[in-house]
Amino acid sequence: MIVNKISDLESIKNKTLEMTKLDSVKKTARITVHMGTCGIASGAKDVLNSLKNKLKDEHIKNIEIKTTGCIGICSKEPLITVERFGEEPIIYEYVNVEKLNEIYDSHIKKGNVIAKYALARGKEVELEERVDNNGHIESQKIVDSSIKGIEEIPFFRKQKRIVMRNRGAIDPYKITDYISRDGYMAAYKAVTELDSQKIIEEVLDSGLRGRGGAGFPTGLKWKFASKADSKEKYIICNADEGDPGAFMDRSVLESDPHSIIEGMIIAAKAVGATKGFIYCRAEYPLAVEILNKALSQARAYGILGKNIFDSNFDLDIEVYEGAGAFVCGEETALIHSIEGKRGNPRLKIPYPAQKGVFSKPTVINNVETLANISPIILNGSDWFRQIGSEKSKGTKVFSITGDINNVGCVEIPIGTSIKTVLDDIADGTQQGSTIKAVQLGGPSGGCLPANYFDTQLDYEPLQELGVIMGSGGMIAINDKKSAVDIARFFMNFCADESCGKCLPGREGTRQMLNILNKICDGKGNKEDVAKLEDLAQVVKKTALCGLGKTAPNPILSTLKYFKNEYEEAVKE
Amino acid sequence: MNNSSSIVLSENQWYEIDKIIKDTGNDQHRLIPMLEKIQNYLGYIPVCVQEKISKKTGIPEAEIYGVVSFYSYFTMEPRARHRVQVCLGTACYVKGGKEIADRIKTLYNVEAGQSTTDGRFTYEEARCFGTCGLAPVIVVDGEVYGKVKVEDIEQILGQYK
Ligand SMILES: Cc1cc2nc3c(=O)[nH]c(=O)nc-3n(C[C@H](O)[C@H](O)[C@H](O)COP(=O)(O)O)c2cc1C
Ligand code: SF4
Ligand code: FES
Ligand code: FES
Repeated sequence: MIVNKISDLESIKNKTLEMTKLDSVKKTARITVHMGTCGIASGAKDVLNSLKNKLKDEHIKNIEIKTTGCIGICSKEPLITVERFGEEPIIYEYVNVEKLNEIYDSHIKKGNVIAKYALARGKEVELEERVDNNGHIESQKIVDSSIKGIEEIPFFRKQKRIVMRNRGAIDPYKITDYISRDGYMAAYKAVTELDSQKIIEEVLDSGLRGRGGAGFPTGLKWKFASKADSKEKYIICNADEGDPGAFMDRSVLESDPHSIIEGMIIAAKAVGATKGFIYCRAEYPLAVEILNKALSQARAYGILGKNIFDSNFDLDIEVYEGAGAFVCGEETALIHSIEGKRGNPRLKIPYPAQKGVFSKPTVINNVETLANISPIILNGSDWFRQIGSEKSKGTKVFSITGDINNVGCVEIPIGTSIKTVLDDIADGTQQGSTIKAVQLGGPSGGCLPANYFDTQLDYEPLQELGVIMGSGGMIAINDKKSAVDIARFFMNFCADESCGKCLPGREGTRQMLNILNKICDGKGNKEDVAKLEDLAQVVKKTALCGLGKTAPNPILSTLKYFKNEYEEAVKE
Repeated sequence: MNNSSSIVLSENQWYEIDKIIKDTGNDQHRLIPMLEKIQNYLGYIPVCVQEKISKKTGIPEAEIYGVVSFYSYFTMEPRARHRVQVCLGTACYVKGGKEIADRIKTLYNVEAGQSTTDGRFTYEEARCFGTCGLAPVIVVDGEVYGKVKVEDIEQILGQYK
């Protein structure tokens, strides 16, 4: 069907909601298997297949199986959610085929919850409602109050979902699921009711800053591109996510692809683009598959293509698979890569907003940035401004890994302290060790020691301490690991990934790595440390592109906060 | 190093490659997707194939070579039957990825980027598959194994003959 009017969207929404309702006759229960890459890698596919076989063998028609992306808590995968008519949903953790069989016989068939396998009562999308109603939703019978409600678990309670608003709730392969959660209503509004200026104003007023690392105001970027004089313009979603240890963009792409497409439609309307690319790394095969499917569904519904919503506005989007080069996440390198060339960066001026892909004005936005757009258009900039800190509005998604108990993807209001994330959301570290530092911002970021964990996760406060928010990788490092070794790790990465175009980037990173290797091997001396510091300063100032300019950051921050470890390592 | 000019492709392989080139067209901006398709089909992109692409599309050979050698996804060496990738991204590194890499290297006597002499494994070191939550991670023929322990390696790889 072709969507032309708002009533079309509304009718799809209502129909989908009606169809997903459980009733006691046609559908008595629903089992949702959460199938992000992490879930699949932990065995979710086996769980799903055995569930399917079971229902088939037993000729059961009134139990629905649903699949969604992940719910963010990777360390407890595979996860399933069981809902029975009139009863509270239960999320089970570490599910395997045997446990599934037990859950099936006991909970699904007879209504006896198996508390020892359960993670929580309730669904994440109902969290706010549960909080407002003291942890209980009227129409749902509590089946086992010994299990914690989802709102009692800090991992979920302390998050604020805007970017991840649909995670775990929708099937990424079904556009109707997305529409049932008000999907494409913002695009409709932007395309049919708002003009370019109004959209840009709303985004500017919201205070949204780019989430790809640099924190540049998104509205401003769009404004520049909208003023560029050209019939042909491009909108690009940067889904390269090359930072090792970062997977928040993957999580969004896999669980809610339409939120990116919708963000791109609104961006395209704002700047006057008619063609879009999603530049996604080939290492994310599931994301690529899901995106392609989502794009073809959007085309089939007339939400992409010619004359979208019957408004004379055209846009098509295609997925462009990156071929494995970290530097291609950098805007100018990405542009070259889409043109079919080596991903060498160039000087930033002229800006892509004036001269981008095929020399046409181009807007490049990060996945998370784009996922923020439709809620802003739908709820207004004032709503968005109420979330976050004084200078930075909204939320930030972090992928938290390393030496912590709850590993996963979390979205928090900007300004939340590092401590809250580590102690509450991540539930601290294993017994017998303490976290001595966090590495933020990937290879271009920095290492911050434990006595600064009160710091707010926000652009400026972090920058003042010599680290950056970056794209959202957060790695907790316990006291058994050496800060010098971590610095070496990142330098190795940057030296490897340097494109080789400029001398500081090519030779400087190599030299710094040599010195770090020497120090780590116990062959370094005091002069080496001094040389390292000098070199780091020089490369930072002279490299051509962001990769080289930021490569020294892990060194400079560890020198600043863990100088003693360097001194220890070079003691004769 | 394999001398690519000595590589002989079968008629069938050339046919498929020709087809991929034709289907993608001769637009330079399609070059990378085209190379991706060819590599998915053939497993690698030898120089003779690059020459062919150049002839058919008019994109200079040097340009094609530049692209193939720049992106880590592309290889000019034929791959072994199975592709083993150890993640050495930050999260995996912190969780012991390096020990796993070392173990594989000694067990099968390979270095990163090489294949075992029996043509069984090509061993690669990779950067983050985005499943950091399960660190340390290895990927065999696209299948992700998480929370891998050094002592599990032989058992995991043993399934791939
Ligand atoms: C070496 C390097 C790698 C980068 N990698 C990425 C990336 O993987 N994803 C991303 O969104 N931005 C990346 N960036 C930042 C982009 O160049 C760009 O600033 C961003 O995509 C703009 O989007 P935003 O304004 O929405 O943040 C990288 C920058 C540099 C210097
Ligand atoms: S700093 Fe220089 S060598 Fe390194 S990636 Fe950037 S342009 Fe290439
Ligand atoms: S479970 Fe979703 S990102 Fe890992
Ligand atoms: S660091 Fe290994 S999967 Fe991300």
